[in-house]
Amino acid sequence: MEAIRIESLTKKYKDTVAVDNLNLSIKRGELFSLLGVNGAGKTTTIKMLSCLTKPTSGDAFLNGKSISKDTTAVKSIIAVSPQETAVAPGLTVYENLELICGVHGFGKDKKDTKIAELLKLLGLETIIKKKAGKLSGGYKRRLSIAMALIGEPEILFLDEPTLGLDVLARSDLWDIIRSLKGKVTIVLTTHYMEEAEALSDRIAIMKDGKLLICDTADKIKEIAGTDNFEQAFVRIVRGCDK
Amino acid sequence: MRMLIFAKRNTKEILRDPLNLGFGLGFPLVLILLLSAIQANVPVNLFEIQHLTPGITVFGLSFMTLFSATIIAKDRGSSLTQRLYTTPMTPLDFIVGYTLPIVPISVAQCIICYLAAIALGLEVSINILYAVLYIIPVSMLYVALGLLCGSVLNDKQVGGICGALLTNLSAWLSGIWFDLDLVGGVFEKIAYALPFVHSVEMERAVLNGDFAGIFPHLWWVIGYAAVAFILAVLLFLRQMKK
Repeated sequence: MEAIRIESLTKKYKDTVAVDNLNLSIKRGELFSLLGVNGAGKTTTIKMLSCLTKPTSGDAFLNGKSISKDTTAVKSIIAVSPQETAVAPGLTVYENLELICGVHGFGKDKKDTKIAELLKLLGLETIIKKKAGKLSGGYKRRLSIAMALIGEPEILFLDEPTLGLDVLARSDLWDIIRSLKGKVTIVLTTHYMEEAEALSDRIAIMKDGKLLICDTADKIKEIAGTDNFEQAFVRIVRGCDK
Repeated sequence: MRMLIFAKRNTKEILRDPLNLGFGLGFPLVLILLLSAIQANVPVNLFEIQHLTPGITVFGLSFMTLFSATIIAKDRGSSLTQRLYTTPMTPLDFIVGYTLPIVPISVAQCIICYLAAIALGLEVSINILYAVLYIIPVSMLYVALGLLCGSVLNDKQVGGICGALLTNLSAWLSGIWFDLDLVGGVFEKIAYALPFVHSVEMERAVLNGDFAGIFPHLWWVIGYAAVAFILAVLLFLRQMKK
């Protein structure tokens, strides 16, 4: 079953084409990574898919719902964990989760259940009374993902989820992301090759708004003729210039 | 319901910042005490407590602009608004949620100023209650200015524009610290074309029981508040679509 179908999606800003005629299909429960150098169009793609910006042309369908015509329905099945941590700094960890429960209109019982479940899943139980603004980068990211998951999304967008984290915090977050695999469709953008390779079912590599390749990490390496994924990425991105 | 939950979050964010409490509540109190001490030693008609207090209650509201603009700008900067745009929250939820907390804080600030003024010799009368009520349209004006600035500026710019420029405009062009007749000319004309002096003169009229003297100042305040609010909403919606 298809979770996301992208049809000729294009976004132009004045003279710049941020995303150029993108066509993709992502399966339900798949963990799909968007890779690319800066300005490749990854974040713009996520912004269009999450109804934060309108496409110039083309459309995408999330569980059959159009991002152009049915934004309310799309918003009800998605969640975004943006590049910046996007937490309320003056609120505690618990209050941040409570805020999002309220925004989604949860009753008390559901709120308590969801918060307890996510505190456990994201390993936040010991810091529930700590203000979000005082958390370390790793814990802020965990809280950000917990806030995204609280609305029980069918599709989760993780924009650079491990950006700026140390090796241990990144490894912890990878475990959390792995634990979500199959339960929710995840679209992840990252600059880290090893992250994409370790976590993803399939990877799309973008450059200058265009899709260069979309396949499994192993297949991409095979096509690029190397055992190293980073080398494969470089060859594919450089190759398109030649 | 969502707007109330969001308003509750904003109230917590504002009240938990010690700088906000210091400037919002402490600074107007310091001004009343300081200027009353000056008045005790060197009597100046302008600094008599029944003349001074309405001006200070209006000047204190410039910090409300700073509070509302800062919280919006910070939410935009941290992508919290971006996260919330992908939830079922509507533009109305955002606008009411950002506006609602400031009004009771403004009223509380006004009450504290009047309590201090009573302790310093202001005669207790029902007019104090009316003065507190009439501060509400003035606070709406200042909140609208905050919403407007927060929608277009980042948090550093907000500090400069609202923290420095607006507080100075509100101070110099309001007739609180000196009689505008003394300067006269273009300066006085500019001051009377802006809402600050009208806010102060309206509050002075209310406190002195001169209810005929409320007009036309009230119309200036309501007119500016309405225009600022419409502009703020349009700019907020514009940045939301961006």
